[in-house]
Amino acid sequence: MSQALTQDDVKRIARLARIEIDDAQAQATQAQLNAIFDLIATMQAVNTDGIAPMAHAQEVYQRLRDDDVTETDRHAAFQSVAPAVENGLYLVPKVIE
Amino acid sequence: MKWETVIGLEVHTQLATRSKIFSGSSTAFGAAPNTQASAVDIALPGVLPVLNKGAVECAIKFGLAIGATLNRVNVFDRKNYFYPDLPKGYQISQLAKPIVEGGALTILVDGEEITVNLTRAHMEEDAGKSLHEDFHGMTGIDLNRAGTPLLEIVSEPEMRSSAEAVAYARALHTLVTWIGICDGNMQEGSFRVDANVSVRPVGQAEFGTRREIKNLNSFKFLQQAIDYEVRWQIETLEDGGRIEQATVLFDPDTGETRMMRSKEDAHDYRYFPDPDLLPVKLDEEWVEAVRAALPELPAAMQARFQRDYGVSPYDAGVLTGSRALADYFETVAKTCGQGKLAANWVMGELSATLNKAELDIAQSPVPAARLGALITRIQDGTLSGKLAKQVFEGLWEGAGEVDAIIEARGLKQLSDSGELETIIDEVLAANPKSVEEFRSGKEKAFNALVGQVMKASRGKANPAQVNELLKRKLG
Repeated sequence: MSQALTQDDVKRIARLARIEIDDAQAQATQAQLNAIFDLIATMQAVNTDGIAPMAHAQEVYQRLRDDDVTETDRHAAFQSVAPAVENGLYLVPKVIE
Repeated sequence: MKWETVIGLEVHTQLATRSKIFSGSSTAFGAAPNTQASAVDIALPGVLPVLNKGAVECAIKFGLAIGATLNRVNVFDRKNYFYPDLPKGYQISQLAKPIVEGGALTILVDGEEITVNLTRAHMEEDAGKSLHEDFHGMTGIDLNRAGTPLLEIVSEPEMRSSAEAVAYARALHTLVTWIGICDGNMQEGSFRVDANVSVRPVGQAEFGTRREIKNLNSFKFLQQAIDYEVRWQIETLEDGGRIEQATVLFDPDTGETRMMRSKEDAHDYRYFPDPDLLPVKLDEEWVEAVRAALPELPAAMQARFQRDYGVSPYDAGVLTGSRALADYFETVAKTCGQGKLAANWVMGELSATLNKAELDIAQSPVPAARLGALITRIQDGTLSGKLAKQVFEGLWEGAGEVDAIIEARGLKQLSDSGELETIIDEVLAANPKSVEEFRSGKEKAFNALVGQVMKASRGKANPAQVNELLKRKLG
C-alpha cells in the first residue's frame, strides 16, 4: 500500500462509524489498520490478469423468495423492549435541525 | 450571455410487490405504525435478508421495456449512513453492478421527438419514516416503509428544459404503470423525482456545477422547481457568484428552492458488497419468459395507432397516456371504424366530462362500446354533432344504449327532406327581411336563415342539408 493511514484518517473513519476513540486508541488502531493494508498490498502483488472480480467468496448465487406476505404484526413484542414508544411509533431524540 | 440548462433525473419508483424486498412483511400503504415491520425490517441482531423474486422480476421487465442491458449477474452493496429511520445503519442498494444499464426513452416535446438515454436502474430498499411533529421534543419513527422495494432509475444529463424533464418523467411514469411494476401513486410517494440541474454558457463543453432538487412528488412541482432553480443559478452567475454543489428542497408554498443543511461527510457512504447477499443471477429462461409476457409497449402502440387509425403523433401520445386510456380508445375506434373521430371524442367530450367529474378513464360511466356506437350514428348521418352531444349526456347519465336514447329523446336528425322543406318554407315566409338582404348580396343574412331553420327544427336538421336546400330555394 503506497499511502499509510494517518491519525486524521483514523479519526475520520471513527467519526463516520460513530465510534468514540481517544488519542491512544487512535494510535493503536492506526497501527492495526495499516497492518491490514500491508496484508492487502501483499495480496495485490499476485497477478490476477484474466480473472473476473468476485463479489462474494463463494461462487454460488442468491436464492430467491416468492413474493408472498409471510410476516405477521409483532410490533407489541418488539416495542416491549424499546426505550420510548408512543402510538405505535418508536421515539428517538429529535433528529431534525 | 445565453445560457443552456442541463437536467438529469433520478426517479425512485416503488415496486408493486406484495411483500418487501428482503422480508415477508406486507408493503400495503396506510397501515398503523410499525405493524408491517418485521425483525428484518427493524434490524434485530442476527437476521438475514432473503431477496424477493417479484422485485427482481419488476426490474427485469423495466430493463426489457427500455431496451437496456440486463446484467445477468448483479450485486447488492451496503450504503452506510446513520439516521433513525434506517435501523441497520446502511441501506442495501446496488452500486458497481446494477441490474439494469443503458436503455432509452423517446419523448415528444413541441412536436419534436427526443431520445433520452438512461444511465442505469438499480434495486434498493426504502427507509422508514421520521415524524417530526411534537412527541415531547422527540421524533417518532414508523418502519412500515423500511424495506419496501424501489427501483431507482437514473437518466443521462440530456434534458435541456423543464418541459423536456416533465415529458421524460411523464413518459417514465406511463411506462412503469403500463408494465405494472409500480402503481404510480405520487401522493403516496410511489414515484418520487430528484432533479439534477445545472446551467452553462451556450457552446461550453463542460457542465456547470449542479444542484440536486430532492423528492419532487408532482409533475407541476418538477416544472416549477426546475424553472426557479435555473433562474436562480443564472442570476447568481450573472451577478458574479459561484454555484456550490448542494442538495436543495422545493417549497411549493413559496415556489422557491432552498438548501438543505448538509452535514460534513454526509456523502461518504463507504459502499461495499453486502456479505449477507450473494450475487443475483438472471438465467436466460427467466428473462425470456418475462419478455414474452410483456404487453405491447406505449411506443409500439403509438406507431400502430398512427398507422391503423390515422391519428396524429400528438394524439397517439395522448391516447397512450395509460393502458386503460389506450384500450378504451381502441375499443371505440374498432366499434365505429372511425379512428380520427374516435380520437376526437375520447380526447375531447369524454376527457373533458371525466375531468369535470374528477373521474379516471377506468371509472368512465360511458363504456367504450357505447361511445363507439354513438360515433357510428354520427357517421351514418343519424346524428349531427350537436345532437350527438345530447346523446352523450344520456350515455353519461346511464340512460341505456345509443339507439334507445335517440328514440326516447327524439334526437334523430331530420333526414326526410320533405319535412325539412316545410320548415324552410315557413322560415323563409317568416323572415322576408333576411331573404331580401341575402338577395341584395349580404352573405351574413344566409347564415341567419340557416340559424333560424336549425332553431325551428330544434337542432335536428342536418346543417349540410339545410345549406343545400336553402341555396336551392333562394337561388
